[in-house]
Amino acid sequence: MTFIKDFINVLSASSISFLLLSSIFAFIVYFNLLDGQLRTKGGKLFLGLGIAFVLIGLFIRPLLYLGIAYLAIMFGLAHLGPRLWDRKVGKWLLIFMLAGFFVSMLDPNFFLIAAKPDNVPIGAMIFLLGIFTWIALRKAYLNDKQIAAGGIPWEKTETSEKLFVWPDLVYTEMLCMILLTIVMIVWSIVLRAPLEEAANPTSSPNPAKAPWYFLGLQEMLVYFDPWLAGVVLPTLIIVGLMAIPYIDTNPKGAGYYSFRERKWEIGIFLYGFLVLWSFLIITGTFLRGPNWNFFGPYEYWDPNKLVPLVNIDLSEFFWVSLFHMPPPRLWVIRELPGILLVVGYLSLPPLLATGPFRRFYLKMGATRYYVGAFLFLIMMALPIKMVLRWLFNLKYIVHIQEIFFNI
Amino acid sequence: MADLRALQDGIVNSQIWKSIFRVGIPNTNRKRVLAVLGSLILHLHPVKVRRSGTRMSYTWCMGGTTFFLFLVETVTGLLLMFYYRPTIEYAFTDIMDLREQAPFGIMREMHRWGAHAMVIAVWLHMFRVFMTGSYKPPREFNWNVGVILLVLTLLLSFTGYLLPWDQLAIWAITVGSSMARATPGAGNEGPMSGLIKLGDIRLIHAGDDARFALIGGRSIGPATLLRFYVLHCVAIPLVAGFLMAIHFWRVRKDGGISGPL
Repeated sequence: MTFIKDFINVLSASSISFLLLSSIFAFIVYFNLLDGQLRTKGGKLFLGLGIAFVLIGLFIRPLLYLGIAYLAIMFGLAHLGPRLWDRKVGKWLLIFMLAGFFVSMLDPNFFLIAAKPDNVPIGAMIFLLGIFTWIALRKAYLNDKQIAAGGIPWEKTETSEKLFVWPDLVYTEMLCMILLTIVMIVWSIVLRAPLEEAANPTSSPNPAKAPWYFLGLQEMLVYFDPWLAGVVLPTLIIVGLMAIPYIDTNPKGAGYYSFRERKWEIGIFLYGFLVLWSFLIITGTFLRGPNWNFFGPYEYWDPNKLVPLVNIDLSEFFWVSLFHMPPPRLWVIRELPGILLVVGYLSLPPLLATGPFRRFYLKMGATRYYVGAFLFLIMMALPIKMVLRWLFNLKYIVHIQEIFFNI
Repeated sequence: MADLRALQDGIVNSQIWKSIFRVGIPNTNRKRVLAVLGSLILHLHPVKVRRSGTRMSYTWCMGGTTFFLFLVETVTGLLLMFYYRPTIEYAFTDIMDLREQAPFGIMREMHRWGAHAMVIAVWLHMFRVFMTGSYKPPREFNWNVGVILLVLTLLLSFTGYLLPWDQLAIWAITVGSSMARATPGAGNEGPMSGLIKLGDIRLIHAGDDARFALIGGRSIGPATLLRFYVLHCVAIPLVAGFLMAIHFWRVRKDGGISGPL
């Protein structure tokens, strides 16, 4: 039992669980949605990566755990293949998840955090997200199979069929309303809304957390400065969401579930919504304790936990470690490598437009391509920074404290 | 059973019932059409819908759930307003009173859990709309209205978070609003803000930056409470209500509840 708890504690460290989640996402797309096999090229690539994790992990403990979990989940998903979308398998997965949750509730540290009144809805959200993702992908897979066999998606078989709103829709709506009312009343009676002592501006709690739906942004503060994590990135999330219908010109897949007809759109959206946004909220809620330190799900939130601050800037890597000289005084020169790196990253779209992404450039047109690529790069900046932080303890790529401009 | 049937007939045929529901029991197609067309609330719907639009497995009923939760929040919020005064002298004690003394003491619970549930329901609604490709032409604009409604939902929840005026509230809002300090060019600690100067005097400082505008002071205080109260109870619900009307209207005008066009 202690070993399992240890295992899960190590795995849930944000850098590791993030990589693990990203890999699971890739597995599901490859093995369960696109009918990939272990013996084909992609499968071998996944397998090789897992073995590499384990081999390097022989020297670095957390990576060994990551490698083991990675391989186990990969074999599991590859073995299930399309059967992952069978009702029976889905039911068992849900039972497994619920059982894991309730067994974990026996652990006092886990219980303390998971049973906090404000955290209960977020716990429920994890299950809801899991269930609804499964339902959507199951329907997409079934429709894809129909289409591949020359048929039409299930929803289209019913297009010509119209029902009277009374009674077919209003009754469903009424039942939903009654059910929701019951849920709300029971929930309100069983669980009291939290109320702490009266506001006291002189004593700040530790950890001080934003409301739960902003904890993803607060978690981003670990990797980016407030002007990016709290202002620019949220704005771009909203702009990006609003831009979706104008960037995505694929006429297919309107009004029915499908995956193969919209691989890129769905892949990018699900990655952003589940692996980035939801994962960061869950991490920020359940796994960040005093001083915003990381705590595994079964770990005691010790306010005295010491975490060494060893993060260094790119300029230090470049000037001190590489050239063995003190960083130049003038920030323009000191930060030149970082600035060039950021400019280079953001100028990838025009470079790729002539090469591997020419297909997209031609299909989407210049404006759509550049706006879409820019938003995508901004989104991917987060996982890139997360991995860099983990591998190289990188703090800032560009650090101009003279004008508070840090990336 | 026969008695019940007679009672039902008696009610349905009474003058009172007939004056309210003109059509009677909608047991023929003609009456079903009239029941929907003749009712202010039901005529949000068309007379007929695609079969997929009535299937819970397709729509997950999340848009409807969100709207219903908005109504729950409106009703419970109104009841809470009877008890609550948005000043730092009374806010916390009013909530205490409400919790310990008021009959039907679950209103605050319902309001808070409803708010959390609404945020989750909006996300799942957006998720479903994305997965069915229901943002594609001609529905692009309605997707945009939906994104703004999502943001408004978060703002509603955020402004409401402060109102109990307990430790949880002010520190969550302190953390949440401190981000505004870092707005590029408009926040006290934002990049480039230091460059906006008149001679040697910085024009953007803690007394006039974006955060100051948001919370009405240099720190969370009485002005913030009043500001958030007005935003929470009046301003944002009005805007959200208006946008919801547009959202529902456009659902109809853009081809009805999603389904293959």
